[in-house]
Order: sequence, then C-alpha cells, then structure tokens
Amino acid sequence: MPSSPESAAFHRAHQRRSALVAALRAFLPSEAILAREEEVRPYECDGLSAYRQLPLLVVLPRTVAEVQKIVRLCHQKGVPLVARGAGTGLSGGALPLADGLVLSLARLNRILAIDPLNRTARVQPGVRNLALSEAAAPYGLYYAPDPSSQIACTIGGNIAENAGGVHCLKYGLTVQNVLGIRFIAADGTEIQVGGACLDSPGPDLLALFHGSEGRLGVLVEATVRLLPRPERAQVVLAAFDDLEKAGTAVGEIIAAGILPAGLEMMDQLAIRAAEDFVQAGYPREAAALLLCELDGTDAEVSETLAQVHALLLQCGATQVRTARDEAERARFWQGRKAAFPAVGRLAPDYYCMDGTIPRRKLPEVLRHIAELSQRYGLPVANVFHAGDGNLHPLILYDANQPGELARAEALGGEILERCVAVGGTITGEHGVGIEKLPQMCVQFRPAELDQFRALEQALDPQGLLNPGKGVPSPRRCSEYRQLPKRAS
Amino acid sequence: MNPDTALLAEQVRQAYEDRKPLRIRGGSTKDFLGHASPGEALDLGTYRGIRNYQPKELVLTCRAGTTLDELEAVLEAQGQMLPFEPPHFGPRSTLGGTIACGLSGPARPYWGAARDAVLGVQLLNGRGQVLRFGGEVMKNVAGYDVARLMVGALGTLGVLLEVSLRLMPRPAHTQTLVQERTASEALTAMNRWAGKPLPMSATCWDGAQLFIRLSGTPGAVRRAAQEIGGEPLAPEAAVQFWQTKIRDQQHGFFLGSDPLWRLSLPQAAPPLSLPGEQLVEWGGAQRWLRSDQSPDSIRQAVETQGGHATLFRGAEIPSRFHPLPPSLKQVHRRLKAAFDPRGILNPGRLYPDF
Repeated sequence: MPSSPESAAFHRAHQRRSALVAALRAFLPSEAILAREEEVRPYECDGLSAYRQLPLLVVLPRTVAEVQKIVRLCHQKGVPLVARGAGTGLSGGALPLADGLVLSLARLNRILAIDPLNRTARVQPGVRNLALSEAAAPYGLYYAPDPSSQIACTIGGNIAENAGGVHCLKYGLTVQNVLGIRFIAADGTEIQVGGACLDSPGPDLLALFHGSEGRLGVLVEATVRLLPRPERAQVVLAAFDDLEKAGTAVGEIIAAGILPAGLEMMDQLAIRAAEDFVQAGYPREAAALLLCELDGTDAEVSETLAQVHALLLQCGATQVRTARDEAERARFWQGRKAAFPAVGRLAPDYYCMDGTIPRRKLPEVLRHIAELSQRYGLPVANVFHAGDGNLHPLILYDANQPGELARAEALGGEILERCVAVGGTITGEHGVGIEKLPQMCVQFRPAELDQFRALEQALDPQGLLNPGKGVPSPRRCSEYRQLPKRAS
Repeated sequence: MNPDTALLAEQVRQAYEDRKPLRIRGGSTKDFLGHASPGEALDLGTYRGIRNYQPKELVLTCRAGTTLDELEAVLEAQGQMLPFEPPHFGPRSTLGGTIACGLSGPARPYWGAARDAVLGVQLLNGRGQVLRFGGEVMKNVAGYDVARLMVGALGTLGVLLEVSLRLMPRPAHTQTLVQERTASEALTAMNRWAGKPLPMSATCWDGAQLFIRLSGTPGAVRRAAQEIGGEPLAPEAAVQFWQTKIRDQQHGFFLGSDPLWRLSLPQAAPPLSLPGEQLVEWGGAQRWLRSDQSPDSIRQAVETQGGHATLFRGAEIPSRFHPLPPSLKQVHRRLKAAFDPRGILNPGRLYPDF
C-alpha cells in the first residue's frame, strides 16, 4: 500500500508507466528499466537532498544507440526526461520529474581512447572525473578540473554544470578543458560539436553546452584536454588574525604577477571544524587561513615560493608554513577538501551556497554574511576559492526544527542577492538547477531571461529536456518580484 | 542608458522594424574574413573606452570599439596582458571585432583562446534589446553561456557593446629558441614537449625552422631552454618574430598571392601533403596553407584528420568557412533565429544562407 501522498501519486501513474515500459522494452533489456518504487527511490534526489521527487521511471542504457532511441521515444510521446550522471550535483539539476524519466548515463562509462601525443582523451559521459586522471597518469598527464566530488562525479555531469574545483584560477573550469562533444538533440538527432581540434567554425556552441544542465541535448561523448602533470606542487599555509588581512594578501599575490594553482581561504568556524575532523595541522586560533598552492617546474616553484612567503608576512600573516613533505601537503589539502563534511558535523544539516564576487568586495560581503547569520540565528562557516572570488558559505541548521530549512534558504537567498548587488553572480560552479531559480530573477532582467528561453526553444521546441530547471518561468519571476522586500 | 548606447540600440530597433540588414563595423581591418554582408553600416568604431579595470582581480571591461593598441598599452603599464595575444590586422583593430571573429595569437594553445578569456558581454540582439550575459568574475554558471557563444559568431547573433575579459600577468622572463627541423620532426617535437611541464608559450615552424618561445620565471625558462636546445633569438628579434611576423601575419609566407587557408587540426596530426606552402603554429593545431588547390580537395584532406579549413584571405568561393553537416547547420540556423529573428545582423557574413 502506498505510504505517502507522493507514493500514492507514483502508483496512480501506473498506466502511463506501463505504456512507456512496454515501448522501452522493444529495445532495452528489462534490467535497464527501473519502474518499481523501491528501484527508483535512490534517484529521487541529487546532492541537493532537500528536494526530492520520485520519477516516473529510470532507464540505464549501455550504448549511444540506446540513448538515441530513448530520446526519440520521449520526443514521439512527449515525455520529459532528466539526464543524470552520478547525482552529486548541488543545485538539484538532476531532480526527477513526476511525469518524466530519469536517463542515467552511469553505464556509458568507458574511456574510449587516450591520445598521449595529442594530450586528449575521448570518453563517455559516465566516466568518473578521477578515473580519467588515473587512466592518464601512466602518460604523465591528468585532467585538470577537480571538483570536490571528483571521486564520484562524472565528466558528463561536469560538462552539464561546467564544474570547477580548487585549481580554476590557473587551469580554468570544465569549459576550458573540453575540446569536443557529441550529443543527442531533443528530436533524437546525433550532433557533433568540435573534436580534437582547438576550435570549430562559427558561434561557440561548445561553450553554450557547458553549464546548460542537460537542457539543450543529452551528452553521449566528450573529447577532453589532458595536461602534463606538474613536476612539483607545493603548498603554503598562512594564518591571519583577521579575515580582511587574508583577503588583502590574496590580492597582493595576484598583483605581484603570481598565478597560484590554488588559493583557498577558510574562516575560524571552518578551520576549527576541519581541524577537529581530520587533524590537518591548522592553527585553531586563527581568524582566517590561506592555502596557496604553487605548481610547475621545480625551478619555477622554488622561485615563486620565496616570493609568496615574503608577501604573506608583509600582509600580516601570523604564521606561514610550507608543507615539509608530500604527506604534509596532502594533510593541508585534506583539511580543505573535508571542510564541508567537517562543518556538517557541527549541526544536523548544512546548506552550501555558491556565489562569486569581485575579490575586492570580500570584506564587505563577509561582514554582511556575519550580520545575516546573527539576524537569522543560524551559524555560517565560510570556505572560499579565494583566488577567483567563489564563496561557499555553509549555513548550519536543523531540518527537524520547524521553519529552520525555510530560514536557511532565506538566509542563503539573501547572501546570493548580495553577491549580485556587488557585481558578482549567484552561482560560480554548482549551477542553477532547481535551487537558484528565484535568484535568477534577481541577476537577470526579463528581456535576458526571454533570450534564454528563446535559445532553449531553438534547440528543444517541445521543452522535454530537463524542463523547469535553469531558467525561471516569467510567472515565477513576477511572483518572486512581488514578494515583500526583506529587511536588509 | 548612455546616449551613445541608446543611439546604437535605436539603429538596430529601426532596422528590425524596417527588416533592413545591418553591417556591423569596428575598425574595418577584418573585412576580408568571411563573406561580404549587405546592408547599412552600424559603426562601433567610436564606441570605445575602458569601463572598469581591476588589475588585482585580473579583470577588465571595455567597450567593443576600443582598439587593441589602446587596450594593450593600458595593460602593459600594469604588467598585464591579454592571454590570447590577438592579432592586429591594423592599428584600428578593435576588441569587439577580435572577439566576434574569435581570433587568437601565438600563445593560444598554452594560455587559452579568446573565448577562454571572455567573462561577460553586453550586446544588442536583433530586436535592439540591450542585454548582459556573464559578468566580471572568473567563475559564473548562472544562465546559458551566451557571452562565449558570441565568440566566432562574426556579429550574426548580436552586436557586441562591451566585453569583460580575464587578464594575465606578463611573464617575468621570455626566451625564443630556433632549431632546424623538417615539418614532421617539428610536429613530433612540439607535441612531446607539450606533454611535459615546460613553460612553452608559442611554437611555429615556418617551413625550415622551428621557433619555440618559453615564458616564466627566469630559472624555469633557463632550465627548459637547456632541455629543449637550439639557438637563442635576440629579444628584439623575438618580439618582431612573434608579434609582427606571426601574430600580425607580416612574415613573407603570408604575403604571397595564392589564397591563404587556415587549417585547424588535432595538434599532433601528421604533416598534410597538399600542394603549396605551409606554416605551422600552435603546436600543430593551426596550420596555414598557401595554395590554389580546389576547396574540396583541401577540405577533404583536412577532414580525414578530423579538422576543418577556412579560406582566410583571397579568392571568392561559396563558403569560406568549412561547410557544416546538415544537423549542426540546423542548430546554428535556429540559434540565429532565436537571437536575430529578422536576420538583420551581418546576414551572410558567416554562412551564405543565414
């Protein structure tokens, strides 16, 4: 017996589901179709678990031809579909639709070719980010974008969200590291954009697909750029008794003409949480901590290291430490990489934000976040990709306390709106998905949103590819704009 | 809205009403690229000026009509540069034209292309609406990446008004080495080195010699020079070579009379045996061909290697850009209609039929 309204709705869609399963069975083995409630349950959310929805059904194709047939069938029958990689996305981009199917690309997980001389790899969308770097390692190569979820997340998902990571300042986001894609258009046509060359004629469609959240086509293959592994990477840790001083130091490093591979900042709450969690060797009394990674040839790293060390002290660092060996370097990074789960231990739930601001606005925005945190009565820990101005405020709350999730979301919304107000953006690398639709109405004017919709209709006239994500409807925006202005 | 922005918007709106094509023009130094477009000139040559420059953030926003000369002088004073080293096909070359054409110079494979440096744009669509996409921050995934979509569109999707760019610090030290190599040796060598963590910033094989530019900290450049080997080129000669001869195409190779083709290929693709002279850049990814061979034969040879060929200068043929497969062309056609429903922006400049 259905146990919840959602479950009841799932079962009411029985006929529609059966008809679709019958059509899919013509070309898919039964094990590639998940149609029972307990089978589709694991797909009800992605990394943004506050939003959940059971899909009509889930399909797990193994070949490009199967993907193409599934898309064609959806096109014929007017069934919406949500493409999904590993489901690690943080903005609900892979949230299912009650009347649509989830098209999992997890089984298209083969690395088709690695070309060491060209430094390219041809991969299927379900290849895991880290698996690609591991496969390239014997050639002295690696794939540069490294989102925190790189153990699990897939290249297809990375392209759909234009994923970043801690090394974007020097090596770019996903869009700077992909040379070509093959996708299935909404009507089932297979289309190739780019290839192993560095460019293709005409408007940059390849860039357009990055961050399009599965709304312009279903990716079935990508050709990515591989880079030579740096001869040496070295990390410097600097502690500050003041966040603003740490922010200044970031600007001074860049102004000196140094381009660090990574430049990360954490505030006290995040430092202590990380230290308690993984014993990274962070100074618990510091108000702010900077991690500056330099990479390149041995000579280059040595020369720059001395320069960075001196700059950090000049900017008022209370402590500057260079990792003595690879183990210490790994530990320094472990603290940063574990910052989210570490902060997660401080409260039953946490909500991770992802705004980007011009770096010079950092002190102003941090003060504002502290004020908001007080006003909403929810602690906020701050972890930043400081080099590129990408903030990850982590809002701590308890979903079991009535109203706390809504308060956390409202607080987060205000942080994002401040990011826009200072000339930044509501999302640096996590995507809009379902989560940031309201803030899209703040960042873009109606004519710009109309242009997005026109573009989308050009590629998906029926609106079947991941509908309801990425771009808010005009109605939703006008409702949002009419909300009473929050006190600020 | 600024009066001069309003004026441009009004011109486009009027053209939309009247269904009359517009020919977008900056410094008119790249008229040779693509096809002639009919229509009245929409002049952006006076729409110039730097709007915001934040050296510590490596970010700059300027109006599309700003000349590359003016822009680069401002950056140089702060020890910074455009990572994609755009060609100047004359002193009046503008940033807007460069971005619309998607042109990058010698550093492209090592420091990224024009599209990689674009962070945001303000544009006029084919209805004359002023729209803003992207921004002034490095990481931004809000909304579709319309800013980068404009790169290479040759003005067919929108009139660029302002462009925001990511900059880079000028390298502390640079050295150019010269080696005698055959084409085949040069291609192998360039790609082998690129697979190692060496501070390469440009490569070119000019038909007889291989030129390698190294940029970085003095120690790193010195060590890489020892590993790579070759005769060092004097600093002034090196600047002359990379900027004037290669980037701005004043090398004797570019001055011949046969049609000039730009071949885009996977970097390590073997030398193409096509009649005519070749000059290889970008580690093999960009190859220039002077040849009077038929477009079909050239394109066929390039396609077998997974590349594409553009007729860059000279001759007159139905499609200067590599013809697209029908399904892809359909996508481009629909996108054009989404941005420019009446087809008034540079019609025919990119592809003859839209």
